[in-house]
Amino acid sequence: MNMKVNFAGVEFNNPITTASGTFGSGMEYADIVDLSRLGAVTTKGVANIPWPGNPTPRIAETYGGMINSIGLQNPGIDVFIKRDIPYLKECGTKIIANVCGKSTEDYCETVEKLSETDVDMLEINISCPNVREGGIAFGQNPKAVESITSDIKKRSKKPVIMKLTPNVTDITEMARAAENGGADAISLINTITGMKIDINRRTFALANKTGGLSGPAIHPVAVRMVYQAANSVNIPILGMGGVVTYEDAIELMMAGATMVAVGTANFNNPNATIEIIDGIADYMKRTGINDISEIIGCVK
Amino acid sequence: MNKKRYQIISKEIIANDIVSMWINAPDIADKSAAGQFVSVYCDDKSALLPRPISICDTDGKGGLRLVFKIVGKGTKELSDKNAGDGVDILGPLGNGFGEAFDKIKDMDHPDIAFVGGGVGIPPMLISSKSIKGQKNIILGYRDVTFMNEDFSEYGNVFISTEDGSAGVKGNVIDCITKNNLSPDVILACGPLPMLKGIKKYSEENNITAFVSLEEKMACGIGACLACVCKSNETDSHSMVKNKRICKDGPVFDVKEVDFT
Ligand SMILES: Cc1cc2nc3c(=O)[nH]c(=O)nc-3n(C[C@H](O)[C@H](O)[C@H](O)COP(=O)(O)OP(=O)(O)OC[C@H]3O[C@@H](n4cnc5c(N)ncnc54)[C@H](O)[C@@H]3O)c2cc1C
Ligand SMILES: Cc1cc2nc3c(=O)[nH]c(=O)nc-3n(C[C@H](O)[C@H](O)[C@H](O)COP(=O)(O)O)c2cc1C
Ligand code: FES
Repeated sequence: MNMKVNFAGVEFNNPITTASGTFGSGMEYADIVDLSRLGAVTTKGVANIPWPGNPTPRIAETYGGMINSIGLQNPGIDVFIKRDIPYLKECGTKIIANVCGKSTEDYCETVEKLSETDVDMLEINISCPNVREGGIAFGQNPKAVESITSDIKKRSKKPVIMKLTPNVTDITEMARAAENGGADAISLINTITGMKIDINRRTFALANKTGGLSGPAIHPVAVRMVYQAANSVNIPILGMGGVVTYEDAIELMMAGATMVAVGTANFNNPNATIEIIDGIADYMKRTGINDISEIIGCVK
Repeated sequence: MNKKRYQIISKEIIANDIVSMWINAPDIADKSAAGQFVSVYCDDKSALLPRPISICDTDGKGGLRLVFKIVGKGTKELSDKNAGDGVDILGPLGNGFGEAFDKIKDMDHPDIAFVGGGVGIPPMLISSKSIKGQKNIILGYRDVTFMNEDFSEYGNVFISTEDGSAGVKGNVIDCITKNNLSPDVILACGPLPMLKGIKKYSEENNITAFVSLEEKMACGIGACLACVCKSNETDSHSMVKNKRICKDGPVFDVKEVDFT
């Protein structure tokens, strides 16, 4: 039985990774999860300089999910390279480093620094507001997606995954723009913009007013978008959005994802990733699947 | 450490909407320190996030006591459980009053004040039990009192109520001044206005104070950066003066906390 997958030329022991921002740099979970068992750890978004993030409250629970506006608090690339990468290497796990930025130059600076490290792949979060373009997210305009992808590709020595936002009318347009820009892979979905009002305090539940919805509530949207994207590009997909059980992960793979990330589920069950990996192995045994690749995109 | 299902030993309603529960959780209870908390998970899977609840007491035989107020979905679900039922818990979590105790041990017979307000009272029980010395325990309520008798074996108990129905009418600071207490060190847990009052009082009187903070949590273990508070020192995680309440706290030297 083979659970190994080849994702844009990199081999992973299994298709399961963590969703950026829900697992830190793995360190905090190491008491609970044997990190070496994960296909990879995808780390919290890191920028060229430290970001303080947004005011609190930064999260609110919603039915079957949560909204967050952490605001990409991070220590900056230099601390990340010095502290977090060596730690993860020591744990024997593959690393997908997630990158955020406010301008193309920000992203490129971080990407160049990461190119000289031991990370295995880069995941570029283009849901960040583009300061040059009046704060509209890079990921909401196909021209911007294509141009930032090609700029990053020119500067990166690592395979590049472009992480798409679902807050668009046509996800296939963005997927193709990333492919045209030279992306090695795409990942989706990031969170869906939402809002919650505290009816007792008559105000917004989050200090930032809006936040990104994640968790099981968004899973069907993720399945739909992964399916649509998979049918419009030839580069592989890292699927995510509301994965809680191994069934959810298999669903995304059948829709066309080569790898799957587990995010909000870690908050409800810190051992979710391991249980999903074990669940997939059981499912393969039970249903006579010899190679996990057999199911990728099997639903047409 | 991992989230596990533990069995409830007993449940008691000790005041309006206030529930006291003993849970058989030896692996948590044996490691618990004053000021730490646990994450309690809901069986209702539409409610994904863990509920942070302070460790109130342990009995040395694997029992863990939680005292909580019913305020919403999660605490309602927990309050509906009975002896024999199971509950999913992860813990113990966070950084409790350890640093405060170290400071106290370096002081010469200090007058220690344990201050609890409302649902900030429960963690003060294990805290006042955990250190020897001259101890005054100041408990602030809105109206109905609870747990005050549990404290009597660990120190002198003083009470304040906002409506004046018991003890000093007013808040915990009023209670300290009206009873002519002059603590050398304060350990406190309670609502934000109370903690701001403690900060002011400790600055005016030039004394040491440690406070336990609250914020909405998602992971409870320091990974998601949901629960930060502004701090005067840089934090060890992002170096941006945002300490994580679940991991660096919930207890902080009040000097470190930027309430602005
Ligand atoms: C470190 C810490 C220790 C605590 N100890 C105690 C205790 O010993 N006894 C007690 O009664 N309460 C305590 N609280 C508050 C307790 O966590 C909340 O009352 C509880 O989470 C409410 O959950 P709910 O589902 O009933 O309410 P809901 O309002 O339905 O909860 C919705 C969401 O908001 C969160 N939330 C709501 N109120 C708070 C709050 N005050 N702080 C943090 N998150 C909140 C919930 O966890 C949940 O994610 C503590 C909070 C913290 C941060
Ligand atoms: C608290 C939190 C923080 C997140 N931080 C990031 C981040 O830094 N970078 C990023 O690309 N996505 C971030 N995300 C989005 C997730 O990686 C993921 O795309 C999304 O939550 C959907 O997956 P899920 O439903 O399994 O959580 C964050 C999500 C959450 C809930
Ligand atoms: S709750 Fe996630 S860092 Fe504190």
